[in-house]
Amino acid sequence: MAFTLRRLLASIPVVLGVTIIAFLLIHMVPGNPAQAMLFGSNASPAQIAALNKQLGLTLPLWEQYWNFIVQLLHGDLGNSFVTHNTVAHELLSRTPSTLALTGAAMLVAIVIGVPLGLVAGIRPNSLLDNIARVVSFIGVAVPYFFLALLLVLVVALQFNLVPAIDDGSPTALILPAISLGWGYAAILTRLIRGRVIEEYRSDYVRSARARGCSETRVLLGHVFRNSSIPAITMIGLQFGNILTGAAVTEVIFGRPGVGSFLATSITTKNIPVVQGAIVLIGIGYIVINLLVDLVVGVVDPRTRLATAAA
Amino acid sequence: MTTASLARTLTATRRRRSAQRASIVTSIAMILMIMLVAAILVAPGLFAHVSPLFNGTDSLAAPSANHIFGTDQLGRDVFSRVIYGARPVLLASLGGVLLATLAGVAIGIVGGVAPRIISVVVMRIVDMLLALPVLLIALILIATIGSGVNSIILALGVAYTPGFARVVEASVRKLRSIEYVEAAKVFGSSGLRTAFRHLLPNLVTEVVVMASSAIGWAVLTATTLSFLGLGVQLPNPDWGSDLAAGATSLSTAWWLSTFPGLAITVTILIANFAGDWVMTLIDPTGRRTRTKFRPLGGLRTGMPAAQAIAPEEPVALDPAETPASEERA
Repeated sequence: MAFTLRRLLASIPVVLGVTIIAFLLIHMVPGNPAQAMLFGSNASPAQIAALNKQLGLTLPLWEQYWNFIVQLLHGDLGNSFVTHNTVAHELLSRTPSTLALTGAAMLVAIVIGVPLGLVAGIRPNSLLDNIARVVSFIGVAVPYFFLALLLVLVVALQFNLVPAIDDGSPTALILPAISLGWGYAAILTRLIRGRVIEEYRSDYVRSARARGCSETRVLLGHVFRNSSIPAITMIGLQFGNILTGAAVTEVIFGRPGVGSFLATSITTKNIPVVQGAIVLIGIGYIVINLLVDLVVGVVDPRTRLATAAA
Repeated sequence: MTTASLARTLTATRRRRSAQRASIVTSIAMILMIMLVAAILVAPGLFAHVSPLFNGTDSLAAPSANHIFGTDQLGRDVFSRVIYGARPVLLASLGGVLLATLAGVAIGIVGGVAPRIISVVVMRIVDMLLALPVLLIALILIATIGSGVNSIILALGVAYTPGFARVVEASVRKLRSIEYVEAAKVFGSSGLRTAFRHLLPNLVTEVVVMASSAIGWAVLTATTLSFLGLGVQLPNPDWGSDLAAGATSLSTAWWLSTFPGLAITVTILIANFAGDWVMTLIDPTGRRTRTKFRPLGGLRTGMPAAQAIAPEEPVALDPAETPASEERA
């Protein structure tokens, strides 16, 4: 319980930091927001000044930040410069699509990475280990956006197995998920393979065998359980990278998600949307990491003690 | 001496010899590879005889003897664009890693030796940045400073700095309690002098290994950013933006995006191999008895084991993870 509480407290400054970065963004961008909002409408300086006042940009900085936080807590992230809808609405309507892609990519990574890493670690230098090596070799070196294009070229355009561009059907999720998840499957395979080999050499595996445990028991009860801890940590750490990687994958496959929305908003300088997306992705990432740490704490009580000592 | 032990000694010698030979071959291959990359960077004209901006007569020609990688919609030679496109990508990723290394070492040392109030504030900021995905940090920066190669260098630099700073800070903390650093302090060496004379040389190995393993990731991030249209602007050649431009005509002209994509893949592979090579050259675990890398060879004494370095993920270092792995070790 104390561990959970301490971990929760530790993430508060990070959440505040994310909101500060998001808040400062509007001031760091060259030109002022009112100008950007009235862009192309031939606004007079007086109109711009009026809008600045209306947006609260003339207040002292800390007061602006306070207003930003208060609005944020009410779920108000301002309005998009382009469509003038609320940012919260625009982001939330795109969230399910991104979450589906992230989840599917994570599933691909786990379904390929965990068994492959296990068999490769149990029998190093076997045929399966070599297959694992090829898979992780491709996964680490081929950028996911290039892998996506290759998959579209072969699977969608040559063989017409699945749609190349998102059409809303569940099969349209297959290619984006594979191209995004493969790289993380490769990282996971390498990690688990290394851990399994190491765990087999450990003292407790030897004493478990000496006690007469069956090999299945040794594998599941000792080797797998202990090598799953760094794997869970890794999966959690990679979540944020998959989330941002989804931005690129969404652009390629024409999926209407948060990532592609963020990318276009950056090029069009649609600052409220960028702010909202940063807060959304940043806090999502922090929450996932928090959950991962709590899960690891349950699986491996040693980490709880280690955090307490630190 | 029994026959069995003699046979064992012989096998061991043979194995050591073949390992030596293998390491010499890898070193030669790596040096040639690095020279080739340098040549492409300095004098791309040696490899590509057509300007990457020259609009030829035959547009969208498939790969042939004339244009080994084919031509694009405006008849520009794809091979030439791939060769000239290396420059922005490598500049951005090498520059970004260099910037991150310098900034990371500086911040790490400050975090390690500065008075507590400063170091806590600095490392809190580092932790906060570490808690954000690298690509997100890079995107935020580019949103503020605009697109272009220089922006990508800066974005990569800032995004990768926290990872370096964290590891350097941890090492500095360990080094501070080592006898000769304490002795230097007792003899009245100033903080700055201690940092330069005693801390910095001991960090070199670790930092070099980290930087070399970060390059592959930097190439990926840099090309991702230019793929999103935030780097070099068309018509100038760049792997990421060429790949994105070719993606629209994937079904009719596969060569437009395939070759820039292959170039990125090969570059990441070379970067990863080079990283592994550097790591075996300056192996901190001392598995290899001889060190070929002379300038760094003498600095291995008293080096804390670089346990915090994960070659797969140089940046995502969970602060909660480090004490756990220490305890396990």
